[in-house]
Amino acid sequence: MHMSETADPKAAVMSMPVAGDWSPEIIRQEIAALQHKPGALLPILHAIQDRVGYVPEDAVPIIAEMLQQTRADIHGVISFYHHFRTHPSGSNLLEVCRAEACQARGGRALERHVQERLSVGYHDTTADNEFTLVPVYCLGNCACGPSIRVNNDIIGRVTPQKFDQLVDALTTSVLQLK
Amino acid sequence: MTTTIYVPCDTTALSLGADRVVQKLQQAAAQKNTELHLVRNGSRGLFWLEPLVEVQTPFGRVAYGPVEPEQVDELVAAGLFDGNPEHPLFLGDISQHSYLQQQQRLTFARIGITDPICIEDYIAHGGFAGLKKAAALTTQGIVDEVKASGLRGRGGAAFPAGIKWQTVLDEPQNQQKYVVCNADEGDSGTFADRLVMECDPYMLIEGMTIAGLAVGATLGFIYVRSEYLLSQKMLDEAIRRAEVLGYLGDNVCGNGRSFRLEVRLGAGAYICGEETSLLESLEGKRGLVRSKPPLPAIKGLFGQPTVVNNVLSLAAVPYIMAHGGKAYADYGMGRSLGTLPIQLAGNIKHGGLIELAFGASLRKVLEDFGGGTFTGRPMRAVQVGGPLMAYLPESQWDTPMDYEAFAKLGAGIGHGGVVAFDDTVDMGEQARFAMEFCAVESCGKCTPCRIGSVRGVEVIDRIRAGEHRDDNLVLLQELCETMVDGSLCAMGGMTPFPVQSVMKHFPEDLMASPRPVEA
Repeated sequence: MHMSETADPKAAVMSMPVAGDWSPEIIRQEIAALQHKPGALLPILHAIQDRVGYVPEDAVPIIAEMLQQTRADIHGVISFYHHFRTHPSGSNLLEVCRAEACQARGGRALERHVQERLSVGYHDTTADNEFTLVPVYCLGNCACGPSIRVNNDIIGRVTPQKFDQLVDALTTSVLQLK
Repeated sequence: MTTTIYVPCDTTALSLGADRVVQKLQQAAAQKNTELHLVRNGSRGLFWLEPLVEVQTPFGRVAYGPVEPEQVDELVAAGLFDGNPEHPLFLGDISQHSYLQQQQRLTFARIGITDPICIEDYIAHGGFAGLKKAAALTTQGIVDEVKASGLRGRGGAAFPAGIKWQTVLDEPQNQQKYVVCNADEGDSGTFADRLVMECDPYMLIEGMTIAGLAVGATLGFIYVRSEYLLSQKMLDEAIRRAEVLGYLGDNVCGNGRSFRLEVRLGAGAYICGEETSLLESLEGKRGLVRSKPPLPAIKGLFGQPTVVNNVLSLAAVPYIMAHGGKAYADYGMGRSLGTLPIQLAGNIKHGGLIELAFGASLRKVLEDFGGGTFTGRPMRAVQVGGPLMAYLPESQWDTPMDYEAFAKLGAGIGHGGVVAFDDTVDMGEQARFAMEFCAVESCGKCTPCRIGSVRGVEVIDRIRAGEHRDDNLVLLQELCETMVDGSLCAMGGMTPFPVQSVMKHFPEDLMASPRPVEA
């Protein structure tokens, strides 16, 4: 194993962005670090969301000014892409795959169960702020569906029982995924 | 004595607990005072056997699988560290497994064998041989080799790669050109791009660098979908290491030419897998599809000549350069030359990656490789080529996997995804979902796609509710024709294909009321 020579790419994936407060200065830092790149807007939006947890609406005029584009341009890009959020998510971001390969393995029943268990619909956050539920169209785990993603971990062959255990584990204490 | 153990690090193995298997192995080794040399290899693509644990023995690598984290202690007690065959999960030398023996792995020859991030491992298994050959050829010489291979775009459009490269090469040289890799693998049922990036990332780097040398491009972008964070991390690290050893940078393989690579992340938009939408996204804009012409080969990224190829097309290039275009073209049939990485998914017993020469029948893939459905029930429908392609009933399963043979059915091979459904599937729901997906993911630029998909869902709902059924069936047929003929790109233009296939082959489901979904 030679990954340990430098940063372990997998370990980097596991480190979750921490949602939190932001300041115009933080936004300016992220923009300044990337604005020299050609077509810098998506990398900048990713950097802001990774750092803050979402792309605050008040960041739009700052991005527009520094990139010398209109606010409408920036807003248009943020709203086009499903990945970008303009509000904080719950403690856990839960993505359920709705696509065909997961449907073939009981994905529809699973999404129904998830919504009933958490008492939320897609794009909603549970009352206790533990989970934000979003649909996803394919996680690339199509031979072992149905699949979900919790934060940055993809989990395969999810049954309603396995999902309930996961929710219990996440809402009590230490995270341990099956 | 040190025991070498391999536990895959790809997304599927991880999704089934590979990291916890590793933890358990380390704990067990510590208890037994055994020194472990743990290698996180790629997956071999036999996904029903993941996590597949391999142990190095004096007689070669032997495998156990699928290994649940809870089974590790018992396996270690049964002699896992010595490769003891006396266990139900013992599989022996996995490379001799019939699932692999029946394949022709040209592109995927290394996956699962090597440590994906270890560049020395890549080189020891034939890596960069193609690039070294290319570095000694003229630009035209490289393009000619790709033309001779007969390679067609593996993203789904099947356009001849050599002709695309020639077009970019023929544009005046005194300007910036780009190579863009489409790694926005959004089709449900596909994961071959992901396997390349997670399990053999240097192969993609090598293929893109050869493309850069061939057309005179000095900069390449890999547009990775945001769902594939592990792919992004693996590529970033692989690019860094390739630069250190001079396979990328200002003096590629010492031939004096420059080529650099950058990974860019998408943001959850299926449409960005369409090449012009992808280019808009790379430019920092909304992913709106462009009208063609001009072709991206002439005016692509930032208005410059650009090669846009899928991961699998570029990943095929190192083999072609190392072994010659003819060696690749010796596989396949008709105008579909070389190998097709088939991704077998959905309700299937033995899902995974199956790289085969074009021409094997779909039934062979489903039965000989797949072993029937996961649930054990009869198989009823198969969707080949992603969410924009037709559902095939059993009467069509003897069709050879060949671009032209599938086109004759009004179907397609697309990116090679095969999704199986058992007899509990409600095909009316599948038709409705095709329209619903298009409504969610349409870029909105053209009316047939943006509005047509919304109306499509409504019309299907009326048909299923029994409202003016005959009239609405005529309306649905007309709507499908309008979308096919009037949409700007394949999103709206092909969304009707699965719908029309349901109307033709599974009309009884479309007419019936939706079945309740048991939660």
